[in-house]
Amino acid sequence: MGAAKLLGDVMYANRTRADLGEFVLRTPAVGPAIALAVAVVVFALTTNTFLELDNLSLVVEQSLVVGTLALGQTLIILTAGIDLANAANMVLATLLMAKLVVGGTPGWLALLAGLAVTTAVGAITGGLVTRIKLPPFIVTLGLLTILAAASRIYTGQSVAVSDPLLSWLGTRRYLFGGIEVTNGMTVAVVMYLVLWYALSRTGWGRHVYAVGNEPEAARLSGIKVRRTVLSVYLIAGLVYGIAAWQALGRVPNADPNAYQTGNLDSITAVVLGGTSLFGGRGSVLGTLVGALIVSVLRSGLTQAGIDDLYQNVATGVLVIAAVALDRLSRGRQA
Amino acid sequence: MWQRSRRDPRSWGRRTGVAVALAAVSAAGVTGCTSQRYWGGSSTTAGGQAVIGLVTKTDTNPYFVALREAAQGEATKLGARLSAQAGRFDGDNDGQVTAVENLMQRGVNTILITPSNATGVLNVITQARQRGIMVIALDTETKPADAVDATFATDNTAAGRQQGAYVKGVLAGAPPRLLMLDGTPGATVDTQRHNGFLQGIGLTDDSPAILGRQSVNGEQNLAQQGAENLLQRAVDVNSIYTLNEPTARGAFSALRARGLTGQVVIGSIDGGCQGVRDVRDGRYAATVMQFPVKMAQLAVDAAVEFARSGHKPSGFHDTGSKVITDRPVPGVESADTAWGLRNCWGT
Repeated sequence: MGAAKLLGDVMYANRTRADLGEFVLRTPAVGPAIALAVAVVVFALTTNTFLELDNLSLVVEQSLVVGTLALGQTLIILTAGIDLANAANMVLATLLMAKLVVGGTPGWLALLAGLAVTTAVGAITGGLVTRIKLPPFIVTLGLLTILAAASRIYTGQSVAVSDPLLSWLGTRRYLFGGIEVTNGMTVAVVMYLVLWYALSRTGWGRHVYAVGNEPEAARLSGIKVRRTVLSVYLIAGLVYGIAAWQALGRVPNADPNAYQTGNLDSITAVVLGGTSLFGGRGSVLGTLVGALIVSVLRSGLTQAGIDDLYQNVATGVLVIAAVALDRLSRGRQA
Repeated sequence: MWQRSRRDPRSWGRRTGVAVALAAVSAAGVTGCTSQRYWGGSSTTAGGQAVIGLVTKTDTNPYFVALREAAQGEATKLGARLSAQAGRFDGDNDGQVTAVENLMQRGVNTILITPSNATGVLNVITQARQRGIMVIALDTETKPADAVDATFATDNTAAGRQQGAYVKGVLAGAPPRLLMLDGTPGATVDTQRHNGFLQGIGLTDDSPAILGRQSVNGEQNLAQQGAENLLQRAVDVNSIYTLNEPTARGAFSALRARGLTGQVVIGSIDGGCQGVRDVRDGRYAATVMQFPVKMAQLAVDAAVEFARSGHKPSGFHDTGSKVITDRPVPGVESADTAWGLRNCWGT
């Protein structure tokens, strides 16, 4: 169903090719996609190792954890919220799953427990935001501190994971005689497609955009604002549980000190993907592009022999440029 | 401020779909049919140029900056190429894994890594070694230690023991009343120094002589805050363990504010030039110097030798540690700060 839709979209693009400039200006997510394509081409020309199929699959693999965190983050930002605690929530779940398994709990039960915890944290966040009307920034700032401390109270040490189910997302397969994919990639693609569909093709999705755009107008038009926002935090929480599973697939070692910048990395991906921090505007596919841009830069610049401090400079410049482009395009439009 | 879009949100999905499809098509288009897995390092070349990847814990800690600069200098001197990468914070396992993967793709033949976590990077190290890349742990061991070809590091347990023995010597038989300012919970080096110190001073973790402890991540401001709070509760301390010199500086500030500097002996570890000057100026009694410059040079030398002849070092190479103080105590070998200033690292 998604593939047919995409095909239709490509044909739609052909029709509008005549006014491509107009198209780019009116569609913020196209800018990031072009930036991604340009980065890929530049690295393909300047290094002889970047444009290998297995490196491209590696780049995708490297963006899975942040990409999944950013998926939940996108939902929340679309409602004009923000989640500073998503990575801390995820890390707590990785520790819980790892410790349960070490203590003899079967892998599937540990996984469910991890998903339950992140979803519960999502419920708490959503509850505080919708019932007590606290700003999401404040709620998640507090939760960030609490969850990071909770992880260290729960275990001061990192816990190695040997359970095959918990590290299953890191399992590699080879398609068509050589394209390396991990199970994590498949899971991420499915999640992105499901949420893309839900946001762009269902009533719930329209409500999410409406609530983020103009909550009062949404309420007047009969949308249950609080319920919609709460559902977003719950789903985001569940997504962070999957992110925890992705994290164990990538590094089978739960560490209370890991992913300290995961919250900001996920916001970076969302912003690079053209989603507005003011809510109501953006898409999960843009976020996917945003997450890939960061990985492509890191991989390509490393292979070009450039040290990582300059890589961070490049990422920062891109974030500002992405938002500036977005802003300019809106100015032009108005 | 922001113009709100009145368009149907559905169009976002469509257009982004186009964007993604275009990007995928353009990427796939240029990719052609390269399907051969290529890790440059897989060809162990005798007589070749050394291409070295260095992965440290962070770029912010001056210790790792000194390590990186020493490695860079030695590589330039020997005509090797070196690419330096780092995690973004202490504990950034994912960042280190990514750095190693990208370096493998770049085609390095040696990777020097300071693992943030002794077990966090094992998988990718195994992968690298399977491709014929030599992996050397620098400064911090992996667990198990034989996951890498060789380790060039300070024996941090021994360094902790030296600090403990020195503090015990200064106390000269008085029972210790100790505060411990630790690093990051669970980090390998921090645990080794902590345990070594306790061995050296002759205490155990549950000993009542430890009046308070706090994890301060090796940061001066957190250390000062931690020490201030601990001193609020226990003023009759006579000794403070510090994980590193920024921590010792924080502890000193807290003591000075309370006028306690005369009665408390602070020990530390690192041997940065700033730390040695602090010892000279009497801010703390001693620091245990380690030798990152030597560590980096030895590792780069080994990488160059490996590229030239295929010979790999093995096992643990202790690059040594030395107590630096101007108040030597009997039974603890030490050097004075003049020697320390000639051999310290950083600025």
